[in-house]
Amino acid sequence: MMERRFPANAWATAFRGIAWRETLRFVQQRGRFLAALVRPLVWLFIFAAGFRAVLGLSITPPYQTYVLYEVYVTPGLVAMIQLFNGMQSSLSMVYDRETGAMRTLLVSPFPRWFLLGSKLMAGVIVSIIQAYAFLAIAWFWDIRPPAWGYVAVFPALILSGLMLGALGLFLSSAIRQLENFAGVMNFVIFPMFFASSALYPLWRMQESSPLLHDICAANPFTYAVELIRFALYLEWNGQALAVVAGCLAAFFGAAVFMYDPAKGLWSRRKERG
Amino acid sequence: MQGPGSGPSSAADRADALRITDLSHRFGSVQALSDVSLSVPRGSFTALLGVNGAGKTTLFSLVTRLYSNVSGRIEVAGHDLRRQPAQAMARLGVVFQSRALDADLTVAQNLAYHAALHGIGHRQARERTRQVLAQVGLDQRAGDRVSALSGGQQRRAEIARALIHRPDLLLLDEATVGLDVKSRAEVLALTRRLIAVEGVSALWATHIMDEIQPDDDLVILHKGRVLSSGKAASIAGPSGLTQTFLSMTGAAA
Repeated sequence: MMERRFPANAWATAFRGIAWRETLRFVQQRGRFLAALVRPLVWLFIFAAGFRAVLGLSITPPYQTYVLYEVYVTPGLVAMIQLFNGMQSSLSMVYDRETGAMRTLLVSPFPRWFLLGSKLMAGVIVSIIQAYAFLAIAWFWDIRPPAWGYVAVFPALILSGLMLGALGLFLSSAIRQLENFAGVMNFVIFPMFFASSALYPLWRMQESSPLLHDICAANPFTYAVELIRFALYLEWNGQALAVVAGCLAAFFGAAVFMYDPAKGLWSRRKERG
Repeated sequence: MQGPGSGPSSAADRADALRITDLSHRFGSVQALSDVSLSVPRGSFTALLGVNGAGKTTLFSLVTRLYSNVSGRIEVAGHDLRRQPAQAMARLGVVFQSRALDADLTVAQNLAYHAALHGIGHRQARERTRQVLAQVGLDQRAGDRVSALSGGQQRRAEIARALIHRPDLLLLDEATVGLDVKSRAEVLALTRRLIAVEGVSALWATHIMDEIQPDDDLVILHKGRVLSSGKAASIAGPSGLTQTFLSMTGAAA
């Protein structure tokens, strides 16, 4: 395979370059960092405070005791940061494609799966910085998971970030114009977030609507939330891990297929000249 | 870094910078290219002349693997694009028809990003950035954001970016589109100069006949077919290039 012809440090250089560009763009867009933090904080400070009074939570794994609603909702808000970040990354892919910057990436001699994977990983790094910043603020709001939970959640954040980023990458490959993206945001982000275990445990869903429960149980975002929740409280959730890893493979495989010059989107695009 | 698989490869070193054989491509029912064959000799300036819609950009997209070629063969510096894509792509520098620089980054940052995408380390990239920016006359603008450059300067920055990994072949797709007369002449003269300085070959796609000189290699593309190829002077004949081109494409219309 031609990929082996590159020395290892060339792969590392290419990855660093892609990650550096994503980070640079993120730093330049300070509003994006602020927005990414304000959104979950509003949910935590206002929404969760209001719901605390009306929503009682009995003991729900991984929690060993009754917890406040703010405590319950925090892992879901961390996942929300990653969901928005994944979609933001795909938005920037669509933007890059429209402005022509995408072609700079795709004419690199490195294989396309590596280029897309590097871009995906770069987006995850940015989302993890945001997630830890949110957890740090939540700590002052008395949401204090075990100290080792902050370490254990790191691989979970990588995996869930990759899955949600891969979903965004796949969506970006199917979207032809930037204007279409707003619709996808509404049809993907909100249904994924609300029809999940981010805001309420699934057993409560079951009580109110078995159909809604089944929808939530089929939503990959539910498993990203549970993976983060269990890791943050130092518990193992094999099912969440398997679903997130499986969805990551499926979404990333679909994205690579769509960006393949012979198969997906690019094979059907026609330009003038 | 020259790219993967570089080193003493005499066959590849002697090969044409670009050789396309029997290349066809269709978009659904539309035949965009039909049995296109052409070559770009090493160290040459080859003009690809055609009206809008002739298939120039489709051809470039196939050579740059934005589309995949399913029929025909493309070789870049002796490397088959389908079998050795990494080796072929490493020898290719591209200036697209539409601007492809990141306007929010500086000129040097854009070049550093492109160098990284070719696996060129930071120190080497910095040195090479200095060299190529000096060659295109932008050494004083390295720290400026691309959005602060004029159209002609942006084009020169794109040429610098395309050169940073020392390609064998520069593909320039209507590189003077949208530029004023002075900038157009500068970009064209710069490209011709780089062939001598960098030892690179250039395939220059255009629909402007003034950009072609009598001793240039010329390929005329019309409706996805090569109508003629050879030295511009011999194709033009006594009636001149414009008249010959019009009668050729008129006959083929």
